[in-house]
Formats: sequence, C-alpha cells, structure tokens
Amino acid sequence: MNDAVNTSIISVAPALRLLPEIVMTLTGVLVMLLEAVLKPKTSRKPLGILAILGTLAALGASLYQLHLPAGTAFFGTVQSDAFSVFFHLVIGGIVLVTLLISLDYFEGHTNNVGEFYALILFGATGMMLMASSVELLMVFISLEISSISTYILAGYRKRSATSPEASIKYFLLGSFATAFFLYGIALCFGATGSTNIYDIAKGVAGGASPLLLTVAFGMMLIGLGFKVSLAPFHVWTPDVYEGAPAPVVGLMSTAPKAAAFAVLLRITYGAYGTATHIWMPLVWILAVLSMTIGNLGALTQRNVKRMLAYSSIAHAGYLLVAFTALAPMGIAAASFYTAAYAAMNVGAFGIISYLSGYNEARTNLSDYAGAARRHPVAAAAFAVFLISLIGIPFTAGFFGKFYVFTAAIDSGHAWLAVVGLLNSGVAAFYYLRLLGQMYMLPEEPAREPDTAHARPSFVLGMAILVLAVFVLGIFPGRALRLARAGAATFADRSVPPSSPAIAQLQTKQ
Amino acid sequence: MNLAIFILFGLLCLGGALNLLLQRHPINSALSLIVVMSSLSVLYLLLGAEFLAAAQIIVYSGAIMVLFVFVIMLLNAGEEERTHGSQVAYLAGIPGALALFTVLASTFFTLRNSFGNARLGAFVATTSDLSRVLFRNLLLPFEVTSVLILVAIMGAVVLARKEH
Repeated sequence: MNDAVNTSIISVAPALRLLPEIVMTLTGVLVMLLEAVLKPKTSRKPLGILAILGTLAALGASLYQLHLPAGTAFFGTVQSDAFSVFFHLVIGGIVLVTLLISLDYFEGHTNNVGEFYALILFGATGMMLMASSVELLMVFISLEISSISTYILAGYRKRSATSPEASIKYFLLGSFATAFFLYGIALCFGATGSTNIYDIAKGVAGGASPLLLTVAFGMMLIGLGFKVSLAPFHVWTPDVYEGAPAPVVGLMSTAPKAAAFAVLLRITYGAYGTATHIWMPLVWILAVLSMTIGNLGALTQRNVKRMLAYSSIAHAGYLLVAFTALAPMGIAAASFYTAAYAAMNVGAFGIISYLSGYNEARTNLSDYAGAARRHPVAAAAFAVFLISLIGIPFTAGFFGKFYVFTAAIDSGHAWLAVVGLLNSGVAAFYYLRLLGQMYMLPEEPAREPDTAHARPSFVLGMAILVLAVFVLGIFPGRALRLARAGAATFADRSVPPSSPAIAQLQTKQ
Repeated sequence: MNLAIFILFGLLCLGGALNLLLQRHPINSALSLIVVMSSLSVLYLLLGAEFLAAAQIIVYSGAIMVLFVFVIMLLNAGEEERTHGSQVAYLAGIPGALALFTVLASTFFTLRNSFGNARLGAFVATTSDLSRVLFRNLLLPFEVTSVLILVAIMGAVVLARKEH
C-alpha cells in the first residue's frame, strides 16, 4: 500500500479527505429523520432548505479540500485533489440548483417529499465518491448508490403512467450496465492483480496481458457507456427522460454523468495512461457514433424532452472527443465540458418543468408556440440555454466545444473535430426550431389554463444557471485553471500525488 | 477429477440458469436459482475459495432464496403471461450476446496457458485474511455500503407507499 508512505510524510486526517461526502451523508440522514418527526400533510419546505444548506456546506468543504495536500486516504481507496474538487463542485452545484428548482415542485402532489430531498443528497454522496475514488471497488459501490437513488427519483410521479415506466426501464438497463462494469473490474483484477488505479497503472506499464486489458477496458466502457448514454448504449435515454419528472431529468442527465466521466478519466488517463492505443480507437468510434446518432435522432423528435434526451447523447459524444486528446489537455477539456454541459442542461430541463407543469401536459414542440409572449422571462432564459447548447460564442457551450475540438486537433485528430463541427451544424437546426416556435409563431389558444407562476427559489436557481452559462463562456479562467490543475494530478500515474492542490492552482496563474 | 467436477457443476449451473429463464412459474424459477447458486459454490471450492463457497451456500442459497420464496408465496404470484418479445431484442440482443460470448471465450482460450492452477488456501482464504481485507484495506467501501442499503430501503418505502 503506497498509502503508508504518504501518510507518514503529510498527516491529514482521513476524514478530511471525505469531508464533502460526510457532510452530504449527515444532511441526508438528518433530513430523513426529521421527515419522520414532521406531521403528515404539512409542508416539507424546511427539509428542502436544510438540504440546500447541507449542499452549500459540502461545496464549502470541497473548496476547503483545495488547501489540503493532494493525497489518498483509507488505505488508498479515495483521493482528494484538484480533480476531485472540480467534479465535487460541478456535482454539488447541480444538486444545489436541482433542490432550488424542486423546492415547490412536488409540494402537494406526493407525500414523499422529504424522502425526495434525502434521496438526492444520498445520490450526490455516491456521485461525489465516484469522483474521488481511486479504487475500482469503491467506484462500484458509489456507482450503485448514485444509480439506485436516480432509479427511484425517475419514478417519483407515481400517478402518471410514464414515470414508473421510466423508472423500471432505467433500473433494468442500469443494472445490466453495472454487471458489465463489474465484469470489467474482475477482468482488470485478473490482468493486473489489483483494483487500485495506481496499481493497475503499474501493471499496465509492466507487461500485463494486453488482450485481457483490452477486454477489461471494453467491459468497463460498455458499463459506463450505458450510464452516460453513449451510442450504441443509449436506447433507454429518450424513454426515461420523457417519463421522469423534469427537475429529476435535469439532475440525472448531468450529475451522474459528470461522476461517470470522472471515473472514465481516471481509468483511461490514470490506470490505462501508458496504453492509450488500447482505448483511443474505442473512444474514437463511440464519440463519432454518439454525436451522429444523437443529433440525427433529435431531428425527428416532436417531444421536447425526447429531443433534449437525444441532444444529451450527442453532448456525451462531444465530451468523448476530448478523450482522444493527449493527457493534460484532454482531461482539462473533458472536465470543463462537463461543467458547461451541466449548467445549460439543468437549466433547459428546469424551464421545461416550469412551462409544462407538474403533469407535463405541454411537452410537445407545438405547445411551445408563442411561449415567449406568455412567459417572456422564462422563454428568454430558455433561449440562453438553447443558444449555449448550440455553441454560440459568449456562452459556456461555445467555450466548452471550442476547447474540446482544439484539444482534439492539437493531438492530431482533426477528422474527429470535423465530424464534431458538422454535427454541431446539424444540431443547430433542432435547437433553432424550438427557439423559432417560441419566438416566431403566434400564441396558440391555450387548451387548458396555464397556472405556472415562478417561485422565488425557482427564479434563484435559474438565475444561478444563466449566470453560470455566461461566466463559463466569457470569464472561463477560474474554472479552466481548476480543470487544468485537476489534469495535472494525472502527471505521475504510478504514485498518488502529494503536493497541495492549491499550490498547483497558483502556479498555473 | 477436478475437470470432471468442473464440467458436471458447470453444466448444472448453466442448466439451472436456462431453466430459470424458461420456466413460466416464478416458484420454479426461484428453485432453479437455488441450483445455480449451489453449483456456483462448488465452482468456488474448485478455485480454492472455501470461505466464499460456504458464504455462498449460507447467504445466497439459504437466506436470500428463502426470502425470494416467501415473497413469491406472499404475493401469490401466478404463471407469467408470454409475449412474443420485441424485434429489437431478437435483432440486436442475440447477436450482441453471441458476439460478447465469442470475445470472452476466445480471450480465455488464447490466454489459457498463462493462467495457473489454484489450490485450497492458495489465496485470501482464511477468515482472518478476509477480515483483514474487509476491515482494513477495503474498510471504506464496506462502510459506504451502509449508505447503499439505506438508499435501497428508502426507495422501497417510497415506491411501495400509497399516495393519498
């Protein structure tokens, strides 16, 4: 265990390495217990506010971890460094906004509101653990925590027919994917004799059977590919996103994916860092397939949620383009893209949850005709998120794509960048069609009274996201520095890092 | 001798798994699952993992299967209705499964010479070895499993509770 060496040099209490996760878990337990104490049929809003405060505390704890020397704890199972902090901030931010959006969403519709907050907090614990794990068994357990909580959240609108259907579909295919991932871990153990990222890296460099390593990576890629909905493992995505409640879709299309991409980065650039020839061709193919199938699929959709589901497949493809770049740049580009994508996608689904109402009666493209006149502010925010999803300058989406494609071109994958750019052109069509519906078409006579009115917490959540989209697009410096510092922790693949994360951040300035 | 035992219980395991899928009554499927679990434990023994084999029998064939059977009895689950299945399942699923099987089989076949033999007690096998791994090296995953179970319990409560 290289951990023993580490802790003798710098002594950081192991619990500090897990501080954000511990805060999240404790808040989750507290919310769960208070839910049982509160009288039935009273408002559960205080629990939501408690959950929000807990998430803020976890975000603070992540920032505090920047001041710790990077290193592992608990016998080399978790590592806190700039990379894990970056993903903790992304996941924490997504959870914070989702809680703000859904503070009033379920009120009066279901009697499981308290459990909703607790499940989100526990799920976030799992996702954060995924980002900080450097041990594949730990990754597996935290992946399960994150997945099981999202399966349940997907089925939260129990009275509708589509929501439980989404939940069961997600559950069946998700368990299937987990089995692939676990088989991959087992094969990896067979090839290198360890499930620790650093020990696997030593094994990969030291002549473990390339055939077994390739099959192991393929299995893990299939498992994670299902979770992040890469084509051809994407078939569940449109059905699940259509059926699940919109705020939950915002969460589950971004946070678990960010965590899964963090794991994929640790496996590809960390464990398999010296064997890029094994994974790069596979990643290349999946990137092209996801971008193309996602965008072509989105073109034919009439339902806005299904359209955004296909768009999320395409975005997973863009993100994968970053993996074909060389080590520090590819990691930084992929990390930054997860943050940019999270800001715009959570926002888009937040607006859908507002415009379509709890029962999601208005999710067809035609329902958005003239929405700009009825809800000018919401439509304007939606426009910002869609423009960012297209990738127009001064938005997060533009800078994310720019950075990803530059990284790919710099590493000699110009063709992949060309495919990506062509795809962005196709994608612009369906985003613009939705924008056109909202702004160009006359208002349709409302078929049912439109009772939506924005609550302060919802407005705050959306404001945070609009701000994030512009800040990441115009002043990306700070986020980019953290992403680069995170990428720098991968430099030496066989030894866990030990220099303070904040120092890495300052040297980059 | 080892090979004979392996082939016997390997076939038994496969047969049980297939029977599990083909049976129409849940209770028959549950009973075939017991066959699968028990023959797996024999395979574990062949790999030299006697503790795992015992745990497999006690936990899976014993405790978990009793729970399965109880639930089936309590729900009074009847025979399944058969549908023709989806086209996608036949067009993509079967070739996909076959391709996967071929890849794995050819991998193990190519590498068969570099795999060694296993003897009883050759690996982490005794209870003290296992507990050292479980409560020291892998303490954190072990502890975090409690969150996993908590999430699962809460999910079951949420999904099963009636809305009013």
